[in-house]
Amino acid sequence: MFHNNILLSSAGREFNWELFQSSLMPMILGAIQYTIPLTLFSFAIGMVIALLTALARLSTSKILAGIARVYVSAVRGTPLLVQLFIIFYGLPDLGIVIDPFPSAIIAFSLNVGAYASEIIRASILSVPKGQWEAGFAIGMTQRQALSRIILPQATRVSIPPLSNTFISLVKDTSLASLILVTELFRKAQEMAAREFAFLQLYITAAIIYWIISFLLSLIQGRIENRLERYVAK
Amino acid sequence: MLISVKDLHKSFGELEVLKGMDIEIEKGNVIAIIGPSGSGKTTLLRCLNALEMPNRGSFHFHDGFDVSFNKNPSKNDILRLRRKSGMVFQSYNLFPHKTALENVMEGPVIVQKKEKGQVRELAESLLQKVGLGEKMHLYPHQLSGGQQQRVGIARALAIEPELMLFDEPTSALDPELVGEVLRVIKELANEGWTMAIVTHELKFAEEVADHVLFIDGGHIVEQGPPSEILKNPKEARTMQFLDRMLNPS
Repeated sequence: MFHNNILLSSAGREFNWELFQSSLMPMILGAIQYTIPLTLFSFAIGMVIALLTALARLSTSKILAGIARVYVSAVRGTPLLVQLFIIFYGLPDLGIVIDPFPSAIIAFSLNVGAYASEIIRASILSVPKGQWEAGFAIGMTQRQALSRIILPQATRVSIPPLSNTFISLVKDTSLASLILVTELFRKAQEMAAREFAFLQLYITAAIIYWIISFLLSLIQGRIENRLERYVAK
Repeated sequence: MLISVKDLHKSFGELEVLKGMDIEIEKGNVIAIIGPSGSGKTTLLRCLNALEMPNRGSFHFHDGFDVSFNKNPSKNDILRLRRKSGMVFQSYNLFPHKTALENVMEGPVIVQKKEKGQVRELAESLLQKVGLGEKMHLYPHQLSGGQQQRVGIARALAIEPELMLFDEPTSALDPELVGEVLRVIKELANEGWTMAIVTHELKFAEEVADHVLFIDGGHIVEQGPPSEILKNPKEARTMQFLDRMLNPS
């Protein structure tokens, strides 16, 4: 009886090499099909939103700055999971039905847009005023000075914090599992429920996330090195 | 007459820095602007290319271009005004993410939309002129203060301005680097560039300026040829200032 008990529960406790092998592929596929595209699309769209929001907040127009401020406050002040649920489970009440994957992209883009806009705004403000003036003095318009002089310098400052946002996003995409996107973690959940091997499968999923994040931080380091070339060491 | 400015006023909040100045700059002349710190001389210079927006005043150029600040001037007028002058800053303000050559090319290529190959030749010759032909591919942080300021001068010259503005161009430099920058400015004066220079270097002002403005308390107190203003000033405030500059202790 005692002996039996151990045997029964050991199904979940011992590392199952076969299960590891058979579970790896679906999870990696989930990452390639959903986690990574979700991250890349959301980040790209989010960065556009972030730049526009940062510029709106820095603009002299009170209305634009106000809209941007409310947007950032609302997104940062509410849980990402709740935003995701409002878009996927809530909007159908208004007759707006969006598929899981685009729903996730919308939610994550808006989320990244709000957080990254603050980073971009701070980076733009960190460029000395004399740089704007030097641009104006050679006859540049506001737009030319921004794109040629200010943003390239702001980019360098913003890479480390934006990389944090990016890596957070990779991990946040696991929330999409709750709106039926069959990404990495959803795959892990499905297999875990089937095989009763929760610990092993969730740790496997965790390690895959870790590896992705680690690779991304290597890329971050390379970008930073490239952008440091004009800075005094 | 290259430019004539009438009734120039500038306030920062409650503080009125320029209290109505009339200035005329002859083509080919070098104007030295001197005065105690806080007198408004830098503000005056920055108003000349609208880096500070004057609260009042009108600009008239020899080619018929007029811009008035008595009502809000259009963006186009501001751009046109700025493109008439080149500015050299006290702290250089070079673009740190661009090489010396790229700094100089930026204005002609981006603002004036000139052809790159042509601009490159112009930029190289300007850098050679300021003695930096060998350093044109270095970034600003790889250059000394004096070298950076000379790149700053080349960058301002590159847009072929009608008027060169210098805002205390040697104040941020170590004493041993002042000479190389002043030499370049002197050379420009000899070539006939029209220039307005805010400076503390009285000896230099005496050597290069055709006309000296002494400014104090937001007014032009006295102006005239350097032999007059710097050697035989009529106003007590000018005398006091010169005395303090020449005998600092």
